[in-house]
Amino acid sequence: MSTSSDPTPATTATRTHKPTLRGRLSELIGGDVGIVPVLIALVALVIYFQIRSTVFLSADNVTNLFIQAIIYIFLGMAEVWLLLIGEIDLSLGWVAGLSGSIAAIYTNVQFGWPWWLAFLAALVACTAIGFLWGIIVTKLKLASFIVTLAGSFIVEGVLLYILDHVFEGGGAPVQSSILSNLTNGTLTPTFTWVFVVVVVALSAAIMIVRERARRVAGLVVAPFYRIVVKLTVLTALGVALALLFNHNRSGFTPIVGMPLAVPMVFAVLAIYSFVLSRTKFGRYMYAIGGNNEAARRAGIPVNRYRVYAFMLGGFTAGIAGLFYVSRLGGYSSSSTDSSVVLYAVAAAVIGGTSLYGGRGKMTYPVVGGIILAVITNGLVLIQISTTMVYVITGVVLLGAITVDSLARRSQTLLK
Amino acid sequence: MSESVTEGPANADVVTGSDMGVDPSMLLSLRGVTKNFGAVQALRHVDLDVPAGQVTALVGDNGAGKSTLIKAIAGIWEPSSGTKYWLGEKIDTHTPKDAANLGIATVYQDLALCDNLDIVANMYLGFEATRNHVLDEITMEKRTQQTLHDLSVSTVQSVRQLVGSLSGGQRQAIAVARAVMRDAKLVIMDEPTAALGVTQTAQVLELIKTLASRGIGVLVISHNLNDVFQVADRIAVMYLGTLVSSGPVANYTMSSAIELITTGTVARAA
Repeated sequence: MSTSSDPTPATTATRTHKPTLRGRLSELIGGDVGIVPVLIALVALVIYFQIRSTVFLSADNVTNLFIQAIIYIFLGMAEVWLLLIGEIDLSLGWVAGLSGSIAAIYTNVQFGWPWWLAFLAALVACTAIGFLWGIIVTKLKLASFIVTLAGSFIVEGVLLYILDHVFEGGGAPVQSSILSNLTNGTLTPTFTWVFVVVVVALSAAIMIVRERARRVAGLVVAPFYRIVVKLTVLTALGVALALLFNHNRSGFTPIVGMPLAVPMVFAVLAIYSFVLSRTKFGRYMYAIGGNNEAARRAGIPVNRYRVYAFMLGGFTAGIAGLFYVSRLGGYSSSSTDSSVVLYAVAAAVIGGTSLYGGRGKMTYPVVGGIILAVITNGLVLIQISTTMVYVITGVVLLGAITVDSLARRSQTLLK
Repeated sequence: MSESVTEGPANADVVTGSDMGVDPSMLLSLRGVTKNFGAVQALRHVDLDVPAGQVTALVGDNGAGKSTLIKAIAGIWEPSSGTKYWLGEKIDTHTPKDAANLGIATVYQDLALCDNLDIVANMYLGFEATRNHVLDEITMEKRTQQTLHDLSVSTVQSVRQLVGSLSGGQRQAIAVARAVMRDAKLVIMDEPTAALGVTQTAQVLELIKTLASRGIGVLVISHNLNDVFQVADRIAVMYLGTLVSSGPVANYTMSSAIELITTGTVARAA
């Protein structure tokens, strides 16, 4: 079936595939069938909540929802770096808190650091903590679960000490407008549209250029309608979001425009996805997670990459912390608890990241984070008690990974 | 039958291959290789010649030292004493990287493939092609298809299949093809057909013959004498750490081989 001897480039997938629903779906998504049940669940949940409470899809609530989701999304992305290589970092919730606190404290008038320096300090601190866990795990050959569990207690203690002692009265209020704008700032309506148009145009350009390159090289290309469908969905989503965000969502002074946080999440998502799928670094992460021994024999310095993964996890948790403190308006000892990190893992896993390593993409925690936010936001709106929210979140997580596991069990073709 | 070997000079620093009676046309030659693990002598004064373009089968019972010998060649174990020669020149393979740089590729029994990656990614693992720091998927995919085509590996539907979905024989073929793509001059295979069924075994044996026909030296460890007599040009028999016999396959019969494997000697002339 090899096309290397064909004089003309192949224009259709020449592998034989049964024209089943799974087959067509697989071709459409590019083999990533497992994400479909999750997306269906997301749509179903949104419809359900909109029926039960008509304000669910209001501009105000959707914006709220996105901002809530951002913390889960960033923390989920942080965990993905570790889950991919078969490790885990249970300290990331507190590390995020530490990052937000450092940023808030040093931009406070008492210290008066410029925002970029405070942000830098926060992110460096988190990356350093990740580095520390990475070194302990690789040099002492300890299980990351235990090392980071112990680490989470340590970081929690250090953070609480700092918060109780830095300012009179404790806590770290947000005084920097830059820090506050991370979650409160918006793009103007014009720029909202510009953003959507740019994203769709760039995606289209990239997809088409890649397909052309493959065609020219004589390689098998997926059916063209796949690109068309993807772009249509992307455009529809972008337009819907732009319309929603540009709608006035405040009763008093009008607030319109896409939250600044959305393009920022998108930028991080794009960079991380690029690294994972298009660079050697990303390839080695998958290899180490898939078969550590094979990677080692291929000459990949597996321990070094392990440390890099911990550092990237810490760095991304640091970003999450900046957004978290921005949303809360400040950080105090009661701002968070150790369950936050579990939401991070849940966000990654709901989207389809494997806990055993070797499988996952940065888009997964985005979907997972949005689902988690939809659940918590929606359930509160229809006035379910908080205890039930916990139960339902747990049930959804269990359901998601069951469906995901079943959906992927028979998957054989194509990334 | 064993090639005769003359004793080399005592000063090993300036010894050349020919001093030790090593034929420089031989791809790999071992002289007096010994490996001790504490009190256990896993290898005892092993003299072995592996020519290019031929299949040499390394046979022996469990514990005879076949795997240890392979690891000594591949740079995983450092021999306690003895010398290795590559095309007549003395060499040292302290690490697997040294062996790889010479052109020695080892395909272990566990194949060392990543099930979560596709064929192209596995073939290029560790030495990916890049353009401006971005993975050059197109080049890698084309070359992978070409290599599989050259090796007549025709049962693989798409090089974008995940390796985890391949059959045992296909996985073996991918592991071997990876060695070929890295311009291996000597491919060592440890029990390549051990877990395979009849059809897949036949595929792998075909592949081994194809390798040899391309001028690559192949050293195959095998338990299965049927397979050995099908593909091997030369046989080397190990018994309790010693290489008791080696030579062209025509010098052996199934029963003489079995006797050498189980007793270390052959009662009647081969």
